[in-house]
Amino acid sequence: MEDLAIKILGAVLTTIMAFTVGMFYGGFVRKLTARVQNRRGPVVYQNFIDLLKLQSKTTNIAHGFMHHMAPIWMIIASLTTLMFLPILNGNLWFPNISFHGDLIFLLYMMVFGSLGMALGAGQTGNPNSAIGVTRGLSQMVGFEIPFVMSLIALMIQYKTTSIQDIMIAQNESGIWNMFSNPFAFLAALFAMFGMFRYSPFDIVGAPAELASGPVSEFGGKYLGTMMTANSIFSFFKLTLYVNLFMAGAGNINDVGIVATLIAIVILLIKTFALYMVPVFYGWVSPRYRTEQAIRYFWAWPSALGLIGIVWALI
Amino acid sequence: MTITENNIKQPIGEYIQNWARKHSLFVLAYGTGCGAIEIPPTMTSRYDAERFGIRGAATPRQADVLLITGYLATKSLKRVIRVYEQMQDPKYVIAFGSCTINGGMYYDSYNTINALDRYIPVDVYINGCMPRPEAVISGFVELQKQIASGNAYNATKYKENLEWYRENQKKIIKNWRMPDYNW
Repeated sequence: MEDLAIKILGAVLTTIMAFTVGMFYGGFVRKLTARVQNRRGPVVYQNFIDLLKLQSKTTNIAHGFMHHMAPIWMIIASLTTLMFLPILNGNLWFPNISFHGDLIFLLYMMVFGSLGMALGAGQTGNPNSAIGVTRGLSQMVGFEIPFVMSLIALMIQYKTTSIQDIMIAQNESGIWNMFSNPFAFLAALFAMFGMFRYSPFDIVGAPAELASGPVSEFGGKYLGTMMTANSIFSFFKLTLYVNLFMAGAGNINDVGIVATLIAIVILLIKTFALYMVPVFYGWVSPRYRTEQAIRYFWAWPSALGLIGIVWALI
Repeated sequence: MTITENNIKQPIGEYIQNWARKHSLFVLAYGTGCGAIEIPPTMTSRYDAERFGIRGAATPRQADVLLITGYLATKSLKRVIRVYEQMQDPKYVIAFGSCTINGGMYYDSYNTINALDRYIPVDVYINGCMPRPEAVISGFVELQKQIASGNAYNATKYKENLEWYRENQKKIIKNWRMPDYNW
């Protein structure tokens, strides 16, 4: 009974942490972008205000069943993937159900939200949505190839598909995968540019061209729910990368509150540093066309992924 | 439980909602006339409207504020009405430049409308030809004050007086083929 209570509490804590951190990261990016453009920019908690406003709007749009389901689908996918991810290394507080899922399962689950979104956007009948969905799915086909290649490299290297085991192995040997298999890391990093959809890969939203693409018929509470789902999902992606390539939140196996807090701070520093890579790249890049984006992913990143696999084999 | 600020009493839930609405305005800039050229400087580095929580929205579904920048031709009025009716409550309209107030320099033109608030309800007028970005931002601040005091309910007025508005709209738009919205 006590076990179950701790698990439920851990799940709630994980969700709250992922949501808060994801939203604040979004706010930091908006603020930093403004500072780079020599503006003052919004306050860092602007995303929370936006969310509160979106949730207090009336929403009287009805395009059919899938249109209503799409935001729910997205948030379910985000929460599920988050629950299957070990947040801290060997910690009692956020174990969730991470021991039951592995990398291959997560690979499948990560697409779930986008597919739900695609179905929902398809039902709205807006031509912008349809173009946005085709672009989004093409881009996904693009960046999944180097991403999967780098994951296969890791699986070969450690002969396991468990994220927990990969994390522990890195901590035991003391070398991050970032350095022990740099090619796989680079391939995954390039795939991350596509995952986060900052410039030059913001071909899905494309505000000036597609009127925000798939979400163009979603307003008010629906948009708010999607924003929440995206924040949680970006925290999930960052933590997954940190777990796989940067040894998670370090080697802290103590269950005390202070040790947990230190581990969380380490995790936040690592995820923020990683998050800045696509953001920095976005500041200096214009937008690619769809076929350019796919060509980008299938050229050097995929080649690097292939070298990574060979590197892991020898 | 109520909160009193500037002699206005509001229930606490409404106060918080209005605070959020005030600080997060998604603007759909309907660039009809020459006024559209004043929007980029308002949004970018020089005047930076984003520090007030104002940011652009791409579609009417996501927008809170409809910004009508300049004169409205009789043809574009139809599109403006459709866009306005697609927006979700609470929604606000800012009319921009002399042309939306009394027709401005197009007061006797055969194909522009003269007063915008005969067709859709307007919350804030910004006058001038052209109003500079400072004036635009001051107009937004005025709208924020109205929202905070809970007085920005012109969208409700539109629903209540729909027949009057429809009558005026149909005088201008001869081929009235528009979908009916049931809010």
